[in-house]
Amino acid sequence: MKIEITEQKRPVLSEEAKAEIQRVIGHYPEGRQKSAILRVMHIVEEEAGGWLSPDTMDMVAEILSIEPIEVYEVATFYTMFNLQPVGKYVFEVCRTGPCMLVGSDNIITYLENKLNIKVGETTTDGMFTLKTAECLGACGYGPMLQCGEEYHEYLTPEKVDELIEACRRGEIKGNKVV
Amino acid sequence: MVKVTIDGIEIEVEEGTTILNAARQVGGDIVPPAMCYYSKLEGSGGKCRTCLVEVAAGSERDPRPMPKLMVSCSTQVQHGMVVKNLTSDRVKEARAGVTEFLLANHPLDCPVCDQAGECHLQDLGFENGKEGTRFEEDKRTFAPRDIGDKIKLHMNRCILCYRCVYTANQLTNKRVHGVLNRGDHAEISTYIEKALDNEFIGNVIDVCPVGALTDKTFRFKSRVWFLKPMNAHRDCPTCQGIATVWMFGNEIQRVTGRKDAYGEIETHNGKTAWLCNTCRFESKDVAQWTIEGPRVINRHSVISQGHYVLKNPLEDKNTVKNLK
Amino acid sequence: MGRKLLLEHADVPGIETFDVYRKHGGYRSVEKALKTMSPEEVVEEVKTATLKGRGGAGFPAGMKWSFIAKPEGVPRYLLCNADESEPGTFKDRYLMQYIPHLLIEGMIVSSYALGANQAYIYIRGEYMFVLRIVEKAIAEAYEKGFLGKNILGSGFDLDLSIAPGGGAYICGEETALIESLEGKRGNPRMKPPFPAVQGLWQCPTVVNNVETLATVVPIINMTAAEYTKIGTEQSKGTKLISAGGNVERGGVYEIELGLSVEEFIYGDEWCRGIKNGKKMKALVPGGSSVPILPAHLITTTANGDTRLMSYESLSDGGFASGSMLGSGGFIVFDEDQCIVRNTWNFARFYAHESCGQCSPCREGTGWMEKVLHRIETGRGNMRDIDLLADINKKIEGNTICPLGDAAAWPVAAAIRHFREEFEWHVTNPEEAVKRNYGMLKGVTA
Ligand SMILES: Cc1cc2nc3c(=O)[nH]c(=O)nc-3n(C[C@H](O)[C@H](O)[C@H](O)COP(=O)(O)O)c2cc1C
Ligand code: SF4
Ligand code: SF4
Ligand code: FES
Ligand code: FES
Repeated sequence: MKIEITEQKRPVLSEEAKAEIQRVIGHYPEGRQKSAILRVMHIVEEEAGGWLSPDTMDMVAEILSIEPIEVYEVATFYTMFNLQPVGKYVFEVCRTGPCMLVGSDNIITYLENKLNIKVGETTTDGMFTLKTAECLGACGYGPMLQCGEEYHEYLTPEKVDELIEACRRGEIKGNKVV
Repeated sequence: MVKVTIDGIEIEVEEGTTILNAARQVGGDIVPPAMCYYSKLEGSGGKCRTCLVEVAAGSERDPRPMPKLMVSCSTQVQHGMVVKNLTSDRVKEARAGVTEFLLANHPLDCPVCDQAGECHLQDLGFENGKEGTRFEEDKRTFAPRDIGDKIKLHMNRCILCYRCVYTANQLTNKRVHGVLNRGDHAEISTYIEKALDNEFIGNVIDVCPVGALTDKTFRFKSRVWFLKPMNAHRDCPTCQGIATVWMFGNEIQRVTGRKDAYGEIETHNGKTAWLCNTCRFESKDVAQWTIEGPRVINRHSVISQGHYVLKNPLEDKNTVKNLK
Repeated sequence: MGRKLLLEHADVPGIETFDVYRKHGGYRSVEKALKTMSPEEVVEEVKTATLKGRGGAGFPAGMKWSFIAKPEGVPRYLLCNADESEPGTFKDRYLMQYIPHLLIEGMIVSSYALGANQAYIYIRGEYMFVLRIVEKAIAEAYEKGFLGKNILGSGFDLDLSIAPGGGAYICGEETALIESLEGKRGNPRMKPPFPAVQGLWQCPTVVNNVETLATVVPIINMTAAEYTKIGTEQSKGTKLISAGGNVERGGVYEIELGLSVEEFIYGDEWCRGIKNGKKMKALVPGGSSVPILPAHLITTTANGDTRLMSYESLSDGGFASGSMLGSGGFIVFDEDQCIVRNTWNFARFYAHESCGQCSPCREGTGWMEKVLHRIETGRGNMRDIDLLADINKKIEGNTICPLGDAAAWPVAAAIRHFREEFEWHVTNPEEAVKRNYGMLKGVTA
């Protein structure tokens, strides 16, 4: 399944988000506001429900007074940004060597079967997106996955089940619904 | 002035000159090929790695050899430096490697490419390549795309030299195309459908070393080696109006900037003679130009040497697939 | 029990707060440096301590500091490299997550030494939860007067903030980090000019690893003379090691440099041996970029000397029979692991992480990944193995930044030490596909 680029209206930034953007831009000398781009994109992505549409990226360009292409160039370079819509919960399973040695392949397969999707896809109910990630800096505690800002380590099929249930019960922070 | 020896030839150049530009002052075969460096574009160079040379002695003060091969386009000469280009086996091997890398994912679709005959990659492959490729994997492919109604992008052929990006940055006020994604997925793109329409954006075609950016108004009625390049100029309110017009009989089929031996737009009246879009795309009538006379293509390119040989592109399975 | 200079108090409840940290001797080095030492004296002390950069390359920190250009009226910057994305490495996260004030303290003293009034921490974007911890600690340090204007009345000003990446290993390379911090794609810059002359916004800049900067604290506190009593001839002090893969107890450990590798892997205090009672087949000692070592070269060197956890001992024998301490990311392989599959996995990592600027790395890493994948899935042939070795040679040394080398070395080393395993995949394609994981037991171990 390949999701086509869907036009999305710009997110309405909350007052906290605006203040946060103002604050991080303030970390840089006058005229160097472009330096804040990654932090601003993280903030705006969160406000926009976990992904950046072209329109939302144009908004980032306006915030920072730069050209839209400068935002696209950056957004496509860094792997954390979702440029297609994603589910409420995004599971990013580390697939790199050290985790593979302790069975990350099995966890990925287990998740694919359990959620009935392939890596890169989103469940039809829009709840879960499954992705793989490169080493997330938890190699001693693998297999592991990241969901939102949280790390889930020492994964087993049982722990994955628990996590999915916890998401369904709304106990885990997911993407904003916009 | 500093003294530097390149392949046994001694030359004095100004301090701060790069090895490549020093070699260009000597001229001839000892000049390393440069696929990404473009002297008129600030910041260019360092990426393609075709211009690697061996520095056998760093300088008079510190005559130790440099352990790694150096990019001649971005390494400044030092007094007493000894450089080996054609005389270095390491350079030959590395350059053959770089050539193989650049051709690995290249479609080798020369028979249908506008640039055939004036392509720097073709020259590079001819001079440094080995017969046949060892690359047996599927090539990465992109569909050709129009970026605006004047320019076509064949991303398959792009070698990611970044010249077109620097051109847009330095010649136009609002860049709309750039390099997206990374690694071997990197591509030149506008991301979302957008036209390149700045008055000087046509220059990206002239700086592109391969046939990735081509002139849609040149409907290649014929191959470039059947065309007669003529020096021509016209009164233009936007640019210097100094061009090469490519004629078939009495018809102007294409207009390009005037390029020097290294494929770079020449300097006239102290300024680089970048062409504006009107001259390039909308002045195809002979009456619009003053024709000065035939232009001698003095570059050591495959056309000028008459040794344009296809490396069996039709035998390559990917080429056939890509013929459109 | 080895001495701990960095993590001594890491387990103390509340150590992430200023007050608890301060109660355990925190920020003493700031007082000492700012009140009793000149910046030059701090640089001298770090030089004397022979502190090697802990980010991977092991370049002496004091020497790097002494290279910084000091043109009149141009600001200087200190950047902390907290990008930590080298597979197998997760020590910086540990330090920042549990004892964030140690990094801040180290950065204040280091900035003072460099005459930098602005410093940034560049942390990988995936560590956003760590960023929040550090950001809170920074706010506390401002509140208590250890950051901001006129710190402790010394006249020295320092602003410090933390910036996230966005998912790109290459941004750990110092010039890519600078580009990223300028808000651009993380394309490494050509050197020269070096960051010490033209770095962030073209100003003189020093980039140091988290652990390097944290280590400045004990050096100043205990003096270089005391510090250099710990460790070996060429490797002084302590080092954080992150252990992962098939060890019984993975995690982050602070060791005194010079501990034996055997003790580290099998000792009770450390990794406690291989999981599930298996045998060790191979080891990557310094993060995924450094050469892999087969079992017989792990605990002893080719000369039969005991292999130690030190810069010189781990590299003993060069690439032929040695490796590198690198970032201290220990990756341990048990006897069932498939070296070909792991080599392919790493190759895929580098192809995925190449910025794509220069042709040997962009095309070469992708090519190697494809060839290795074919071999691993039973579609390779013998000449592919030599082809890999040749692609390797053409990448190595010919790229803008060392990622090209980092991609080439692991493949070269795997073929050097485990060639028969590659050949086995070629000659047993069906089994290679079927098992797709692991070799016949005990083939090499
Ligand atoms: C591809 C690549 C990735 C790197 N990643 C990191 C990293 O994640 N963290 C780090 O501290 N150094 C990393 N380095 C090394 C840095 O370039 C630099 O040498 C280091 O930050 C200097 O700090 P140190 O001298 O304190 O070790 C990397 C280098 C390369 C070539
Ligand atoms: S399109 Fe042409 S000029 Fe632009 S990067 Fe590709 S090869 Fe270079
Ligand atoms: S070696 Fe690789 S990562 Fe480094 S600059 Fe070149 S392409 Fe980019
Ligand atoms: S390899 Fe998975 S966290 Fe490092
Ligand atoms: S011309 Fe020097 S690297 Fe491309």
